[in-house]
Amino acid sequence: MLLYIVRRVAYAIPIALLVSLVCFMLVHIAPGDPIDSIVPPDTPKEAVEQVRREYGLDKPLPVQFAVWLSHVVQGDLGRSIASRRPIAGDLMLASGKTFVLAVTAATIGFSLGVALGSLAAFFQGTWIDRLCVGFAVAGVSVPHYWLGMVMVIIFSVLLAALPAMGAGPSDWVWDWVHIRFLILPAITLSVIPAGLITRTVRGTVIEILNQDFITTLRGKGIRRSGLLLHVVKNAAPTVLAVMGLQFGYLMGGSILVESVFSWPGTGMMLNNAIFRRDIPVIQGATLVLAMFFVLLNLIVDLVQTAIDPRMRRT
Amino acid sequence: MSGDILVRARDLSIEFVSPDATVQAVNGVDFDLAEKEALCILGESGSGKSVTLRSLLRLNPPKKTVMSGSLSVCGEDMLTISDAKLNSLRGRLVSMIFQEPMTALDPVFTIGRQIAETIIRHEGISRGEADRRALDLLELVQIPSAKRRLAAYPHELSGGLRQRAMIAIALSCRPKLLLADEPTTALDATVQIQVLLLLHKLQQELGMGIIFVTHDLGVAGEIADRIAVMYAGRFVEEGPVRDVMRQPMHPYTRGLLGATVHAGMRGKRLTTIPGAPPDLSDLPPGCAFAPRCSEATRSCTADVPALHKLGPERGARCVLVEDAA
Amino acid sequence: MSIAERLKQDLSELPDRGGPAQPLLIVRDLVKHFPIKGGLFGRSGMVQAVDGLDFEIRKGETLGIVGESGCGKSTASRLIMALLGMTRGEIIFDGEAVGSRALPLKEYRRQVQMVFQDSYASLNPRLTIEESIAFGPMVHGLARSAAIQRAHELLVAVGMAPGQFGRRFPHELSGGQRQRINIARALALRPRMLILDEPVSALDKSVEAQVLNMLVDLKDEFGLTYLFISHDLNVVQHIADRVLVMYLGRIAEIGPVDGIFDQPQHPYTQALLASRPSMDPDLRRTEPPITGDPPNPVNPPSGCRFRTRCRIAEDICAHSVPAMTTVQGLHQVACHAVEPESGHSLAPQEFAA
Repeated sequence: MLLYIVRRVAYAIPIALLVSLVCFMLVHIAPGDPIDSIVPPDTPKEAVEQVRREYGLDKPLPVQFAVWLSHVVQGDLGRSIASRRPIAGDLMLASGKTFVLAVTAATIGFSLGVALGSLAAFFQGTWIDRLCVGFAVAGVSVPHYWLGMVMVIIFSVLLAALPAMGAGPSDWVWDWVHIRFLILPAITLSVIPAGLITRTVRGTVIEILNQDFITTLRGKGIRRSGLLLHVVKNAAPTVLAVMGLQFGYLMGGSILVESVFSWPGTGMMLNNAIFRRDIPVIQGATLVLAMFFVLLNLIVDLVQTAIDPRMRRT
Repeated sequence: MSGDILVRARDLSIEFVSPDATVQAVNGVDFDLAEKEALCILGESGSGKSVTLRSLLRLNPPKKTVMSGSLSVCGEDMLTISDAKLNSLRGRLVSMIFQEPMTALDPVFTIGRQIAETIIRHEGISRGEADRRALDLLELVQIPSAKRRLAAYPHELSGGLRQRAMIAIALSCRPKLLLADEPTTALDATVQIQVLLLLHKLQQELGMGIIFVTHDLGVAGEIADRIAVMYAGRFVEEGPVRDVMRQPMHPYTRGLLGATVHAGMRGKRLTTIPGAPPDLSDLPPGCAFAPRCSEATRSCTADVPALHKLGPERGARCVLVEDAA
Repeated sequence: MSIAERLKQDLSELPDRGGPAQPLLIVRDLVKHFPIKGGLFGRSGMVQAVDGLDFEIRKGETLGIVGESGCGKSTASRLIMALLGMTRGEIIFDGEAVGSRALPLKEYRRQVQMVFQDSYASLNPRLTIEESIAFGPMVHGLARSAAIQRAHELLVAVGMAPGQFGRRFPHELSGGQRQRINIARALALRPRMLILDEPVSALDKSVEAQVLNMLVDLKDEFGLTYLFISHDLNVVQHIADRVLVMYLGRIAEIGPVDGIFDQPQHPYTQALLASRPSMDPDLRRTEPPITGDPPNPVNPPSGCRFRTRCRIAEDICAHSVPAMTTVQGLHQVACHAVEPESGHSLAPQEFAA
């Protein structure tokens, strides 16, 4: 098992390197000379060349990559063109906000999904099943920025019960003052994962319930509650894999929802950076999100292996 | 209810109902099983042998299955038994082993855990005590290096060891009745005989009744006291193993024995039964074997032939047998 | 005119090149090792699925291969069919090396056809059965109408009415009927040899007998040679002329069916035969002829691979691989106890004349 962990972590390193290479290349793939985004268009040529040397942009690409990577590893992602502030600090702050939102949305979405999915599977073919599946389809199909706006209209405008924008007056704390701001975006964001997890759990559990060993367990006199343990452990690897991926999307893919609710997370930060063509910020934010994905995949793989003995091959 | 009868089935019928069709899997089966007796239900695919066996523990899909007639197992009326009583019967007084141990065992739990689980469920003993019992059981079914195997997962064992582990689970609470659904069919030839002999030995030592479902005459010959031959949901012939194998009365049994390839038939043409078994959602009238039977007469399709008794345990459902007697 | 003759007219006939004395198939030192992928730091190993097979199949005979799971019989059939690449070895069909210029793979595959155990998986579920049978001939250039016509004739040959079954789909047939279709399809290219890999194992006994009888008839009618793979010794005894017993990738014993079944020489063959259920309640045993499962072919035992389960194994069996020893005529066995002066206590001693 230990050997497997070491091996799996070792596999992640080349992936991470490749991801950072892609992020680094973003600047160079974008049309035009990257220097243009740093200096004003009417700068004299000598000044441009000086800036180019300062930024190291005159060196060959592999050297630039090595230099950039060594900075990244030390936590230096450069400075934003727009604000001139170090990116790493801003990104850290925004990631924290996004994380709060993603964790909350995941908790809501995953628990709802698991509950509805299991309910649908155990009552397969009944109206309960159809209701749950209906919810799942609706959850996956409804555009969530639209849902967000509808929620804002109902709860903020009409009922004036919850705030529509921002993340509260100060840095994040788990108190009611702040949680009020979290409710609408988290619910909006949780709808897609809830639908997807419902479908996954339902499909997986139905498949497991149809397997021979369930008959064996019934034949041993194991009660429904005892069956549950077997179903959970057999379903967990599949469901966890989907959850991991979904959490990754929640961390990285909440651009629209964060923009709708002006939630100051990485999504909004990226959104703003894209409009301002603030390439270093885009680069930094993309890198952090991508690394998070790599890490998440690693964790999911390790947890899956811990649960399912058939995946251990050492 | 007499104390030494484990199973009593009278006119047992089982239908599977779905919106598309009603499948008459079992059509009026009568049999008894005494304590310590070994009955073999012999039949081809779709004969209803597995459905009959599973009905003894009510393991057919609950929503689709309609049972009628009467069936008592270890003194319980299986048509009206409550879920609580059923769950207490299953695995304790009556247990079951299956054809494919790879899929019949939970892949993500160790063998030891799956044995211990049953014991804890029925006897409420501690985990440590259950683990010790599990070890004894693995030794009982002759699994070498039993201690190491307790911590093994099903996919880590060979086919023969997996089936032995399955038997260990079934025997964990010393049942009075063991149901076996083609338990050696998926095994290699040299392993099949080992498992058969093990089952036979355990049956004798533990004094269990056993009902064995198989399509293989050889397996029946190795383990059965009595044989019941099943075709299209009915017992067409039954009797002590020697009588059925040496003097088959029903044309289907005779055909089956003739079609089974065995030594000394080289170069000869095999006797065949023409055609294929009937569709259970659309059974022919009268004797279901009549359309394939070379000796069928008009009277065969009129009514389902009655069971003609040839002795206390011997009988056949064929009009010709009746005529001959 | 028989169906077999008419089929010959459709596709150019395949000549018998080597004459009757030339074995139809010669397999020499056939080896297949599957690497086990271990990844970056993982252990890697080899599954020695087939490890040095040497045998011949003469024209018109049926060679049966028997053995338990993991003995390599199915791998061997796929190697012979060239569905798998071999690690080492040579396959010679009617005197020509398979894959050589004289016998390209496409030509060889027309001459040798295969029937698998799983009758359903071997048929395309979206084709009617007449289309399935006609498919091969059409690929080889026969017009559609002629190919369908031939399919109908083949359906008759395997005992199924074309009008009743030709337009049906595989899922509308029973297992036995599907297996008949698979056989008809294999015959459609007028092959000279059929590899039958457990063709009746999934069938009910009453249907098994029908298919076996049919295989015997078709062999005569089409002048075929069979390689018949089965785990069922009774079936092999019924249908084969010679039998090859495999254990963990190697030949344990090979010989005429009577020799193998009446006087088995290898302890494994003896155990295998003794493991058959007796069919006679008065001949019940209490002790199994052999204990344990066949070992995993990943790390096979050294020397004689059967020694771990053999009741007469001695030191020599662990140290050297037994050579093939001729018992009588074509009957050969790989066992130290039979091999003269092998060092085994039961080995016959050859005295100087």
